Amino acid sequence: MRAWIAFWNILTKDMRSYYLKPPNISWGLLFPLVWIAMFLIRSRLGIESLPSLLPGLVGLSILFGTTSVLSVTVTFEKKGRSFERLLLAPISLEVLMLAKTTGAILFGAVNAFVPLVVGSFLTDLSAVNWATLIPAVVLIAVNSTFLGLFIAVSVKEVFEAQTFSNFFRFPMIFLCGLFFPIGQLPIWLRPLSYILPLTYGADALHGSIRHAAALPLPADFALLTAFGAVLFGVSLRNIRRRWIM
Amino acid sequence: MRDHEPLIEVEGIAKRFGDVVAVDSVAFAVQRGELFGFLGPNGAGKTTTINMLTGLARPDAGTIRIAGIDCSKKPRAAQHLMGVVPDESNLYPELSGFANLCFCGSLYGMRKRDRESRARELLGQFGLADAAKRKFGGYSRGMKRKLTIAAGIIHAPPILFLDEPTTGIDVASARQIRQLIAHMNARGTTIFLTTHYIEEAERLCRRIAFIVKGRIVRTDTVEDLMRQSEGRHVVQFAFSGKSAELSDEITAEFPHLHCQAVVGGGIRVESAEPIRVGPLVRLLEDRGAEVSEARKMRPSLEEVFVRITGIEAAAMKQEKDKAKIGGGT
Repeated sequence: MRAWIAFWNILTKDMRSYYLKPPNISWGLLFPLVWIAMFLIRSRLGIESLPSLLPGLVGLSILFGTTSVLSVTVTFEKKGRSFERLLLAPISLEVLMLAKTTGAILFGAVNAFVPLVVGSFLTDLSAVNWATLIPAVVLIAVNSTFLGLFIAVSVKEVFEAQTFSNFFRFPMIFLCGLFFPIGQLPIWLRPLSYILPLTYGADALHGSIRHAAALPLPADFALLTAFGAVLFGVSLRNIRRRWIM
Repeated sequence: MRDHEPLIEVEGIAKRFGDVVAVDSVAFAVQRGELFGFLGPNGAGKTTTINMLTGLARPDAGTIRIAGIDCSKKPRAAQHLMGVVPDESNLYPELSGFANLCFCGSLYGMRKRDRESRARELLGQFGLADAAKRKFGGYSRGMKRKLTIAAGIIHAPPILFLDEPTTGIDVASARQIRQLIAHMNARGTTIFLTTHYIEEAERLCRRIAFIVKGRIVRTDTVEDLMRQSEGRHVVQFAFSGKSAELSDEITAEFPHLHCQAVVGGGIRVESAEPIRVGPLVRLLEDRGAEVSEARKMRPSLEEVFVRITGIEAAAMKQEKDKAKIGGGT
């Protein structure tokens, strides 16, 4: 019960302090809209191409939304030493870090629905399998958030968090099959794609929105769960090694 | 745990950072209800020791028991019994004073009603009731320090760790904080206090440990430490010139005097008999030193500290204040 009180209050404080702040809300709305406009204009295929673009837009919105906010806020709190207050609390590190990351996971999941809501006005989304799309969105948000956590634990300064995030994010736009199949990549790049969790997230999104998954959806979900567990585990190990010296 | 057992028990703890030995074979015990002072210069290992005691660092060797709980085995249980006030006021700038206290209470599992009533009680006790709704980021340094202490005791812990509670704040706030510390201790809270203000430790603490270069050089009651100064005569000379060389010359010339160079310029002369200042000033001036001051030192803990550690207290304070201004700790 005590751990839940702490969990809930850390989550609600972060929601109020970071995720529900006007700049972040506008970032969360604006960013996916800009992605949509950019890809529609660039593809020159018109509105009818939107269903094929939606999986990529949803994936990018989650990836950028979660990693940006989490890596920056954790680094900011660590630098200001308010994070020490959390480490001194009598709650397990697992509960503490889940509380810190849940806000970002929710933020990323909400971001994912911006392209979907916009898309629903522009194209027919009746073929979307919502029962698989929602878990896919949540699992991508979890993985992206834990990637943000991994980044936050690896850096000391806020600007480093941004730079290091981009080191992962920009290659992932091209390597994870968000906008074109991995099969079109040079063969020597493909192994890299298969070690990135977003590859399986993108596949699950293509499966849920366009029924065009390369792998069975249960396999995508299982791999995403495994990647998430590994990222969380590695981040916790790094926190114990670097922050509780 | 039995009442006569120490509330904090530390045996042979050590900590290295690469090649640097930060803390080496540190051992002490703090009794229930005691106000224990931990004194040392910047970089002596005070904060590293506090970090190990509170769970922010893991000792490389040794054991720490809080209320009989082995911290390496049950760190969370031990953390529940302690409040920690770090050397920086590290609450959340975007939250109000009241919200900060309530949030800190929630970290210890306090229910909403309990933490809100405790937060109001503490804001009143610390004279911050009028600033309860203001954001912490807009508080003055003294107010920030007071709220940080209040946050440390929101869950009414039996043990409180205070790391440099009055550093960098105005005299009135520091005085008020000292009164609050004494009040908390009088009400039964066991307090572990690190400070570089020796007079603060002298006024507040019952027992003191001196730590230098990671090792405890002395642990004793303030009374017993002060007793060593009785019957001693100390005169401090301030001058520009080579203190170490002149100190050696005085020792050679006046073998009954104990002479020590002072960090920052000057020497400290100590004797069991009254010291004649004239011959010493003459000798110093003959050697080219311009003596600006010869001050008789009253028996104080500062003097004991200097004798035991060989570190000038004023230099220690100066060093610490410099580090604070520069953003260090």
